[in-house]
Parts: sequence; structure tokens; C-alpha cells
Amino acid sequence: MPVSDSALMEPKSLSAETAADARLEIKNLNVYFGEGSERFQAVKNVSVSVQQGGSFGIVGESGSGKSTVLRAVCGLVESWDGEIDIDGAPVSHKRNKAFARKIQMVFQDPYASLHPRHTVDRVLSEPLKLHGFDGIDGRVLRALDDVGLGADFRFRYPHQLSGGQRQRVAVARALMLEPEILLLDEPTSALDVSVQAEILNLFAELRKEHNLTYVMVTHDLAVVAHMCDEIAVMQFGEVVEVMDVDAMRNSTPKTAYTQELLKASMGYDAEFFGDS
Amino acid sequence: MTTAPVKSNVPSRSGLKAWLSSDAPASRGHARAVQLYLGWLKLYENKLAFLGFLIIFSLVLIAAFAPLLATTEPNAQDLSKRLLAPGTSGHLLGTDELGRDIYSRLVYGSRITLLIVGIVAFTAPVFGLLIGTVAGYLGGWVDQVLMRLVDIFLAFPRLVLALAFVAAIGAGIESAIIAISLTAWPPYARIARAETLTIRNADYISAVRLQGAGIMHIIVGHIWPLCLSSIIVRVTLDMAGIILTAAGLGFLGLGAQPPEPEWGAMISAGRKFVLDQWWVAAMPGMAIFIVSLGFNLLGDGLRDILDPKKSQS
Amino acid sequence: MSDTLLSVEDLWVRFPTRTGTVDAVRGISFSVGRERVGIVGESGSGKSMTGRSILRLIRAPGQMEAKSITFNGDNLLEYSERQMRKIRGHQISMVMQDPKFSLNPVHSVGKQICEALRLHTKVSRKQARQGALEMLEAVQIRNPERVFRSYPHELSGGMGQRVMIAMMLITDPQLLIADEPTSALDVTVQMKVLAIMDKLVQERGMGLIFISHDLNLVSSFCDRIIIMYAGRIVETCRASELHKATHPYTRGLLNALPRIEEPKGRLEALQRQDSWKQEASVDARV
Repeated sequence: MPVSDSALMEPKSLSAETAADARLEIKNLNVYFGEGSERFQAVKNVSVSVQQGGSFGIVGESGSGKSTVLRAVCGLVESWDGEIDIDGAPVSHKRNKAFARKIQMVFQDPYASLHPRHTVDRVLSEPLKLHGFDGIDGRVLRALDDVGLGADFRFRYPHQLSGGQRQRVAVARALMLEPEILLLDEPTSALDVSVQAEILNLFAELRKEHNLTYVMVTHDLAVVAHMCDEIAVMQFGEVVEVMDVDAMRNSTPKTAYTQELLKASMGYDAEFFGDS
Repeated sequence: MTTAPVKSNVPSRSGLKAWLSSDAPASRGHARAVQLYLGWLKLYENKLAFLGFLIIFSLVLIAAFAPLLATTEPNAQDLSKRLLAPGTSGHLLGTDELGRDIYSRLVYGSRITLLIVGIVAFTAPVFGLLIGTVAGYLGGWVDQVLMRLVDIFLAFPRLVLALAFVAAIGAGIESAIIAISLTAWPPYARIARAETLTIRNADYISAVRLQGAGIMHIIVGHIWPLCLSSIIVRVTLDMAGIILTAAGLGFLGLGAQPPEPEWGAMISAGRKFVLDQWWVAAMPGMAIFIVSLGFNLLGDGLRDILDPKKSQS
Repeated sequence: MSDTLLSVEDLWVRFPTRTGTVDAVRGISFSVGRERVGIVGESGSGKSMTGRSILRLIRAPGQMEAKSITFNGDNLLEYSERQMRKIRGHQISMVMQDPKFSLNPVHSVGKQICEALRLHTKVSRKQARQGALEMLEAVQIRNPERVFRSYPHELSGGMGQRVMIAMMLITDPQLLIADEPTSALDVTVQMKVLAIMDKLVQERGMGLIFISHDLNLVSSFCDRIIIMYAGRIVETCRASELHKATHPYTRGLLNALPRIEEPKGRLEALQRQDSWKQEASVDARV
């Protein structure tokens, strides 16, 4: 149990006492896919705690279960057990509309996350209509303004937008219901570096303005280092290490796997990788 | 010459055209108008599809203004003018065995054709779309039950089912329409289900689920618009077949009953004179041929126009 | 600097569209010796088109045009399509981003590697098999016999890409064009695949064109870097001197990258300038 070990060693890390002001707490989460002999456990006994207003990163490679954790938290995956608490209250497997106003998600590929036949206006006003908000026009315009797009973009279709603009619309959509927690699933990995910088800056601004709590999943260590205060490293469905961002910057992670990840994201090093 | 793959606003186009090709529409209606205009442009560029469109459009006009276009009443008999050749004494396409003007009968017959096509086109695809998308989106036992139902209906031969209806409710256009609709929907359900399976796990569907939308909201508002284009293409391509089936039922005496000027029934009646007075059967045959061709051309063109992969640019 | 293997002069790639011609590559010149050259750019910069046009693989309606593409002293533009087919895969090979699209799913991996070899050299079936197994071993596949018999869908991404590299190198080409060869792979796997490619290219004294969007990776892996923007080369430099780059686009890309070692409150957003598109392309021949 790597989590409880580090909790003993580092007072700053998660423990039962700090759980009181945790906005999101995941305890012993297991997620399964398939049935019978095909049954496969994608997430094994994961426990993490995210502070109110914090920004928590989950890094790992494909198949590590990092995205599955997010999907279980927001209710897109229902075959899980364990406990997921939001503001101290456990959530059930079936989610209701009130839950939608607490948590929203931004997806990886902005080319696949916007409905190709819906205008930006429809994408943004739909959640408001579903939840019976009033003043829809004003809210849509404000949201567009918030994410750095003007009113000009309101009636465009996704194919009239660039990748970065699409992702801004996706962020605006996630914010329409004024959630407290935003789950970010590799939100910049499909974008060019310069566009990634713009979107990451946008996330930083929005977090301040709307007092948001982020949980971000990515394979890019530089991005989590920039965005997050605390980072969990996942491998084969398990959390192998939880560290704060300074530990990562100073290259003092405890496990060999994290060391290797860190090294790999610094660029190619013939001496380090050449004789493996 | 453009220097980079970036579309620039074209400023120097005037009035309506500029408004219709705007990159930044100003209202919901405007956005829709721009999309329609772009679709229209693509249809216009595709010459064959546009020809198909013109044929269908003319059919609608002919049906609408039949009383103005026809030279006589469709059922007005004049036994002294039986079986006149095309062009004689004001009968453009000749007369049939009861001295009725074939041209006028074809003009009025377009109303029956359009009625059959219209009713089938609005019932079978909508029903198929509903069944297919629900089955595809929900999956599991719902999918199993609905798709087996589809299999059962697919196994019914159209004409035999029509015969059954004729036996039950009597011969007439109604039995023809019901029989055609009942046998026409399963292919649409299959198409809709296949399309649904490819989009049900898309991120934009996940996103609207996370907003708390219900199942029917997702199916109707999000899945239907994406299935619609392949369904529309299939409908236009099927229309030719539906006209032919209706004509076939008419030919067998199971569809429209005399003296209704239904094209298939007209061919059936002209069969007896086909060697000496060929025009009695050939003229309605030509009408069926032209309209079927029109629908086929339009359908092929729509497949190119509505293909979402192509409409990206 | 080693002798020049490939030299491209004034290359253009054009795509006619409804609204006018789009120039994907606009008059670039560069050369490659027996070295590792990285071509870096964002999406739409024309980097992939550049790679494909060396092998004259631009599909219609795209058109390519150049003063010359000289490979080993011969102008490839004067070659017939038949002669080009002998060059492709034999003297110049290409590795694409996703092995899933480059391998035929209905044939075993071994059969495809053998075919690649027998297409260009006269060897017996047995020799081809032997060669394929040795090549699979060279890309550090632990159980070559098993992989030889397997089908593409049975391989992981990293394994598939190793197989691709094996297939592309078995004919002993002089130049390898790698278009985002590791972008679909996990970082740790990515490094292993790069290491294998690096070793083989060095051992055989080949030239390598490494096309990527990842400035960081290219600068650590290659000897020389060509930076493309909107179809032109805006800057070229030795990889070790990238930090001294002067063009505002290159600087902008460098500053936009978040870095683990040095925290920044805000990332610098790249301010694109229209003048970059108008500037003359930098000649990257040596």
C-alpha cells in the first residue's frame, strides 16, 4: 500500500485527518471490464484524495488505468466498487442531474468531443436547457468570452474551428453548469505545442476565477508538473507513487518506474536508453 | 494564390450571397441558412444529382398543378377515339382502349405515385430509425429482441404480404402502401443500428451523458442527426424500388383499382395491345423509368453531398 | 560532416481546392548526409508532405515540383515510375506513425518482411527467412520465431513499430525517412524504439530524416534540425545549438513548452506573425 506508507512519512500528504476538507476522495477503487473469464480488472485498489481548490495529476502510460479512474468518478463507467466521496458524501453508481452540476469533464480529442452537426451555440446552451437555467443567451456569450472566443464563434459548426478553438468550446461546455470539479482527460495531447500553451494558460485562469478543483490525467510529465500540485503515478492499474510537484522537479521520486518516466520525458539520451 | 491552408473571409461579395456564405453567422436561423446554401451549392455542382433533383421537382410541380396541365379529365371516356396514336387530334401521347387521353392520365397519375412515395418515405424510415437507434444505443437484450424482429420482417416477401393485405382489407392503394411500408422499414433499422454502434461511445455522447441528459434526448437530439444522412441516401435510392413495387402491385391488380390512373395499372391495361398499340403501355412505362432514374441520380448525388467526411472542408 | 546523400532543391507541393490552390510546401531546399536530420513543425507545416515527396508519394490531386531531388548523384525527378519503385523500400525506406496502417492484417509479420526482402534482392526463401529472423533479433525482439509467425493485430504498438523498422531496414537502405515513428507509443517504449533505430542507423552508416512535432525529442535525438512553418523552412541549426535559435517562431515554440526543471507561472503563448509566411525559405543544404 504505497499510499499509506507515504502518508506516514510525509505530513503534507493524504491522511485521514486531512480528508475532512477533501473535495474528492477515492477509496479502494476497483474497476472491472468484461464478464466471466474475460473479466479484466483495469483499476486496482486506487485511493487518492484531492483537496478543495487543488489540482491533482494522474500520470501513466496507455493501459495504466488512469483514464478509467476518471470515467468511474464521473459515472461513464459503472462496473466499479470501492468508494468515491465528493465533499464527504459517497456517490452512487447511477448519477443524477445534481451530480452533473458538481463534476464535468474535458475530453482528449477536440475533434471527437464536439457533435459534428451541432453549432457552438447548441453545444453550450444544451446543458442549460437540460437543467432549466434562465438567461441562456447571456450565459452562452459570457462562457464564450471566458474561454477567449468572441460572440463571432457562437453560430459556427465544429468544422469551421481549429483544434485549439474546439478545445476552448469543449472547456466552455464543461463550465456551463458551473461545476466545482473539472476532470481533464489528456486535454492537450491532441494539440500543437503552441496551442497547448494557450489551453494550459486558460485552465490556470479559469481555476482562479471559478475556484475550480482539477483532476488531470496525462502521459506528459511536463504538463502535470506545470499544472498540478500533487501527482499520482499509475502503472498496470495501480498507483505506484504519490508525490508533490517539488519532489518530481527535484527528480527524487522513490520508484524506479517513476524515475524512468521522468527520464524519458526529458528527451532522448543515448547512454541511458541505448543499452537497455 | 492562397499561401497557407487558412480560409480567409471573402469580403467583396455582395448582399444575399455574402450573407449566405458567411463564416460567422449571427443567429441560429442564419447558421442553418448557411448550411442549406452550402448543401445547395454542392448539389448544384454535381450535375447528375441536380438533374435528378430537377426530375423530382418537376414531378412535384406536375402533381400540384395537374388540373392546369391536363388537357382532359383523366377518366373521361370517348369510345369513338379509342387507341389513337400519339400526336393525333390533340392527344399528345395518344389514347387508351377506352379513349382516355394518356397524357392527362399520366399527369394525374403522378399524384398517386407521389402519395405512395410520400407516405412510405415518411413512415418506414422514421420507424426504422427509431428501432435501429434504440437497439444500437441500449444494446443488450433490447438490441437482441428488436433486431430479431427486424429479421422476421425482412423474411417476408413484399408481394406475398401485399396479397395477404388484399385478402384482409381489399385491394386498393391503401393495402399497397401498408404492405410496402411494413416491408420497407427493416433495412433502415439495420443502417441506423450500425451507425449508432459507431457513435454511441463517442466523446460528444459521453459529454451530453455527463450533463444528465436522458436516453431519448440523446437518441433524438444527438444520434438521429448523424444517422439521417445515410438514411436519406437510402430512402432516395429505395424510392425507385418503391415506385416499381407499387407499379408491380398495380400491374397485378392488387394496388390501385380502375379507373384510377395509376402508372402500373395503366401498363397492365396496355399489355393487351402492346404489339399493335405500343404507346398504351410504353408511355406509363416511360414515366416510371424517368421518375425512378431521377430518384436514383439524386440518391447517388446525396451520398456524395451528405457524407460527413467530405463535408469537413 | 559526411558526404551528401540526398539534396532537395526548391521543392513545392500544391493542392488545388475549390477556393484556390493551397501550397503545402513552398520552395524549400535541404540536404541530408549520413546523419540524423530532424524536421520539426506543427500540424499543417508541410513536414510530412516533405517526407513523402522525396519518394514521390504525393497522391493526386496534390502536385509536387522541384528543381532537383538528387539522391546519390541521380535526379529522382527524371526517374520513371518503375525506377522509383526500385528506389522505394530498397534504397530509401519510410516508417510511418502507426504500424497498424502500414502492415497488411491478413499476412503474418514474417511473410511481409520476407516479401520486402525478396522484392528487391534475389535470395531464396530460406535465406529470406533467415534474414528476417536476424533482423527481428536486431530490433531487440526477444522471441523472433514467435513474432515471425504472428499477425499484426497480435502485436503491441511498440512491437509493431519494431517490426516496421525491421521490415524497412532489411533491404539495407541508405536513407530512412521516419514520419512521427514513435508518436503513437508510450514515452518509455518510445525511447526504446528510438534507441534501436539510432543504433541500427549508426551501425549501417545510414542517413535518417526524422519528422516530428516534438521539438524536445528531435533536439535530443538528431544531429541537425530543420524547423518548418507554413510550408517553409524558417530556421536550421545543429541540434546542440537549438537553445541559441533566433527565429521568433522557434523561440516561441521553445518557450511554449512546459518544463519539468523550471516552473513557470504562465506559459508564453506564441504570437504568430503574418510576416513569417512571407519570408524566404532558409536554405538547409550543407
